[in-house]
Amino acid sequence: MFDFAVVTHWVDTTLRLFLPEPWVTIAEFVLIGICLLIAYAVMALGLIYAERKVCAFFQCRIGPNRVGPYGVIQTVTDMIKMLIKEIIEINHVDRFLFNLAPYIVIIASLLSFSCIPFAKGLEIIDFNVGIFFLIAASSIGIVGILLAGWASNNKFSLIGAMRSGAQMISYELSIGLSILSMVVLTGSMQLSTIVANQADGWYIFKGHLPAFIAFVIYLIAGTAETNRGPFDLPEAESELTAGYHTEYSGMHFGFFYVAEFVNMFIVAAVATTLFLGGWMPLHIPGWEAFNTIMDYIPSLLWFLGKSTVIVFIIMWFKWTFPRLRIDQLLTLEWKYLLPINLCNLFLMVFVVVFKLHF
Amino acid sequence: MEITLPQAVFLFLAAVISVFSILTVTTKRILRSATYLLFVLFATAGIYFELNYSFLGAVQLTVYAGGIIVLYVFSILLTSSDSQKVDKIKNSKFFAGIIAAIGGATLCIFITLTHTFPVSHFVAGEIRQKVIGTALMGSEKYQYLLPFEAISILLLTCIIGGILIARKR
Repeated sequence: MFDFAVVTHWVDTTLRLFLPEPWVTIAEFVLIGICLLIAYAVMALGLIYAERKVCAFFQCRIGPNRVGPYGVIQTVTDMIKMLIKEIIEINHVDRFLFNLAPYIVIIASLLSFSCIPFAKGLEIIDFNVGIFFLIAASSIGIVGILLAGWASNNKFSLIGAMRSGAQMISYELSIGLSILSMVVLTGSMQLSTIVANQADGWYIFKGHLPAFIAFVIYLIAGTAETNRGPFDLPEAESELTAGYHTEYSGMHFGFFYVAEFVNMFIVAAVATTLFLGGWMPLHIPGWEAFNTIMDYIPSLLWFLGKSTVIVFIIMWFKWTFPRLRIDQLLTLEWKYLLPINLCNLFLMVFVVVFKLHF
Repeated sequence: MEITLPQAVFLFLAAVISVFSILTVTTKRILRSATYLLFVLFATAGIYFELNYSFLGAVQLTVYAGGIIVLYVFSILLTSSDSQKVDKIKNSKFFAGIIAAIGGATLCIFITLTHTFPVSHFVAGEIRQKVIGTALMGSEKYQYLLPFEAISILLLTCIIGGILIARKR
């Protein structure tokens, strides 16, 4: 299996030949930043295209089909349109906070995006508290949404922001607890270790029942955390026009839009890393020939493939279920998911202590 | 004088912390004040990351940036009316504040200058998660964090008290 560390080491040694020590670090920072931004943008474009197509198929339409074969260039042209659109200045708003809010959202999203182990040797931030750092980074986004709603000086935006805040704070508990149950099983918070431990079997199989419950709860809470349907009441079109980003135009709106889509991918990627083995190929103990064949598929493909499946499931939710009311949403979290999650955490501890897992 | 990269990063973070701390208390709009405080907390987390203590940095981000600031913003959104500008401070209060600030600053500077700090021994690399875990849950010497956290049940009683007061009709 190809190790991307070979490439990064080669870049590092080549840079060291030409530059003094501190400048090597700075140059690598800049290089990584550029690669990350490109990956982020490409990921967002792909996801928006996928969303349009999936939505279209669910509604028996064709979806984008004019620009390029099967409409694949549609999102690229939309991006160019978004980039050259005028950013409208609104009267009677707090300019500073209004312009700052989209950047907080996008930075939080980008920071958590950079924690994900994409392939063998292809991880940017790999702290030994990696998964915790990822939750920490993603929790900053709420501040941006709240600021956006307030600074817009518009009651629909404010209601949208308040709903979003209440929803994200509530569902962060479920996300945290389901991740915590998995951390109990893995015994590590470092993402690379978590992936490495799954070489002989994914955690969803190793942890059987409690891992599966945690997986389902994680998917529900993750969908709610990204403000996607059926939990999309912060931007319920029929009642709030567009929620917290009603007043935004041009690329500032684009930031919210892109961050929402990539956040969905981040949720899927974390689910992949924690439950489905990250970039590890499917290995079945005993089936040596099968395992060798699986090893020939590149790790990046494994990772993207698994994430795509989960992204598809999240999109499936959106186009299948009707939107919840705010009281139903909070009831689901506080009366059902949270108690189930706490019991599940206890069950997981029980399983780990008595070594009932594989 | 040669400035190394870590020093440059530290100076930058220190500058951010001082500038935004001052802006937090001098700005006239309360939500902007909360936002500047957010930047101060980010920079503090940055210093922890620079010291390779990523656990504390992440805690700083979740608890303060993601938790407390969201709580502040929420309560500002729920409570403050359209008059979000702060009233002008009375002269007597202004002088009392100045005296308190100068007194506090002198005390801090006096202690910092007179105290003899032990020689810092910096262990390279991150602290292992296991060490932090045992420090949090252990009951040996230097492992008293859990009882300390138990005291914070006080906070819980505060919350319950707050709810009770709010419920009174």
